[in-house]
Amino acid sequence: MANTYVKIATVSVGSGGSASMTLSSIPSTYTDLLLKVSGRSDYAGVQASLYIAPNGSTANGSVRILFGSGSTAASYNYAQINIRDLSANTSTASTFGNTEVYIPNYASSTTYKSFSGDSVGENNATAAPAGLSAALWSNNTAISSLVLTTDGNFMQYSTATLYGISKS
Amino acid sequence: MADTKIIVNCETGEVSEVELTAAEVKQREADAIAYAKAKADEEQAAAEKASAKAAIADRLGLTADELALLLA
Repeated sequence: MANTYVKIATVSVGSGGSASMTLSSIPSTYTDLLLKVSGRSDYAGVQASLYIAPNGSTANGSVRILFGSGSTAASYNYAQINIRDLSANTSTASTFGNTEVYIPNYASSTTYKSFSGDSVGENNATAAPAGLSAALWSNNTAISSLVLTTDGNFMQYSTATLYGISKS
Repeated sequence: MADTKIIVNCETGEVSEVELTAAEVKQREADAIAYAKAKADEEQAAAEKASAKAAIADRLGLTADELALLLA
């Protein structure tokens, strides 16, 4: 049986943290991409966003987010690819948010690219954020890199793993 | 703030840690200000909504739990 779910690469943040994580030179040979992030931000709050810039571009992005925190529910939209939320600096110590983003048809040069994300910012308290994000990059260019940033910096032990999904 | 970025080349597996450019540092500072404002606006909107709900519950003679049950 063909191997249709392949790990492409992992980025790991070392001591001192990092402003961003970049996955460059993504092969164009898969059908879709799956990005899994385990992240914690040093932002002075309970949660922080995960921003994704395809090919390093922050333009032509849009997102609608359904968000809940355990005490509130809301819907937000932004003019960039924003997957909410990761754990941030005042969330329970040593916990990391979990995010999964599916990017179908990433290598197409004729269609826009969608980013479907779900994320939880782990926190042992009433405010434990969870979100579903539906984002769109309104650009026909094939995706060859992903630049991940957050509010503040990614803390040590944050990781991002990219998988290639093939239809056969 | 960390002033480096980590880049992994998916073709070669090469990992590099690179200093941010001055322009990137400036953009990050601007982004941080914009995020703080957006967060403050969200919290303000949430507080106003909670206050409005409490006022309605009060007018109807309901507790917050009873109102939440009605809206569930």
